[in-house]
Amino acid sequence: MHELSLASAILEIAIRRSDGRSISVVRVDVGVLRQASPSALEFGFEALSAGTTAHGARLEIRPVGARGRCEECGACSALFGFPILCPRCGSQRVDIIAGEELMVTSLDVEDPDGA
Amino acid sequence: MARSTTVVMEGILDANDALAEANRVQFDRAGTCVVNMMSSPGSGKTQILERTLEALAGRLTMGVLEGDVQTSLDASRLERFNVPVVQINTGTEFGGGCHLDANMVRTALPMLPLDRIELLFVENVGNLVCPAGFLLGEDRRVIVASVAEGEDKPLKYPQMFRCADLVLINKADLMPYLDFDVDLLLRNVDAVNPAAPHILLSAKTGAGMDAWLAWLLQAVDGRGSARAEGPEE
Repeated sequence: MHELSLASAILEIAIRRSDGRSISVVRVDVGVLRQASPSALEFGFEALSAGTTAHGARLEIRPVGARGRCEECGACSALFGFPILCPRCGSQRVDIIAGEELMVTSLDVEDPDGA
Repeated sequence: MARSTTVVMEGILDANDALAEANRVQFDRAGTCVVNMMSSPGSGKTQILERTLEALAGRLTMGVLEGDVQTSLDASRLERFNVPVVQINTGTEFGGGCHLDANMVRTALPMLPLDRIELLFVENVGNLVCPAGFLLGEDRRVIVASVAEGEDKPLKYPQMFRCADLVLINKADLMPYLDFDVDLLLRNVDAVNPAAPHILLSAKTGAGMDAWLAWLLQAVDGRGSARAEGPEE
């Protein structure tokens, strides 16, 4: 499953950005257009983080809905499925402006005592 | 122990995209046009490649990067066309079994004489879901559907069909034996990707091959002008 590749990349980013500290939460934005299953991501992350500084960390997934800007009438609208059409004027010429995110946004780490 | 929050804002696919870009630089330096072919298992990608390597022999120098979970069966089928063929098996890679990624392609590049390859085909792992998200550094993405697979596949696998620069519809020779509505398939392709051209072909009989070959020659000629772009982060 490609979610395992994504989970591996999330873990690599989290460990690299946490300076060796213990990680308790990793937050990610996942656009709905990415076809990434949240449960598969969580499962993959849990499996891969065992034995690392992210062991036991919670993966918090924020789904990001699809939005588009119509090139013909300029309307920005939420999109709910294919075919992607402007809800206002029906045009097919819609630029996707949200829904394709795949990003680690923040981490919660535990600072050692006295640091 | 105190807890603190670190802002990260790093794209999950940034590492893959950076490697894809490094591949792209190497392809550009060598003058190689790269076509990433994706489809479900069994749509006929390898047979299309056999026909293509035969038809373009003497007109273009070509090579193939084969991606499969296991075996080198596809690479073996293509070796008789006297082009460089490198097989990548993803089956031993932890976490990478179902698709090719930019790192796998990068590790295979030293095995290809890129300076002597004008057109490199990457035959991706048979899979209509996962490969779509992983840029390899290609110029063009070609999705191969077939008349034996059902008209609804573009609607069921929109991300794959959305990323296509061209949709090939293979096995046209089977149409007399199937209840297949090719117009419905094309409407479904257009619903998820209104911009992509489509070519109906039969790798078995050769029907439609001229249009496919013309598209490839145009891709090689126009290599500098359009690079495959992934979805924007």
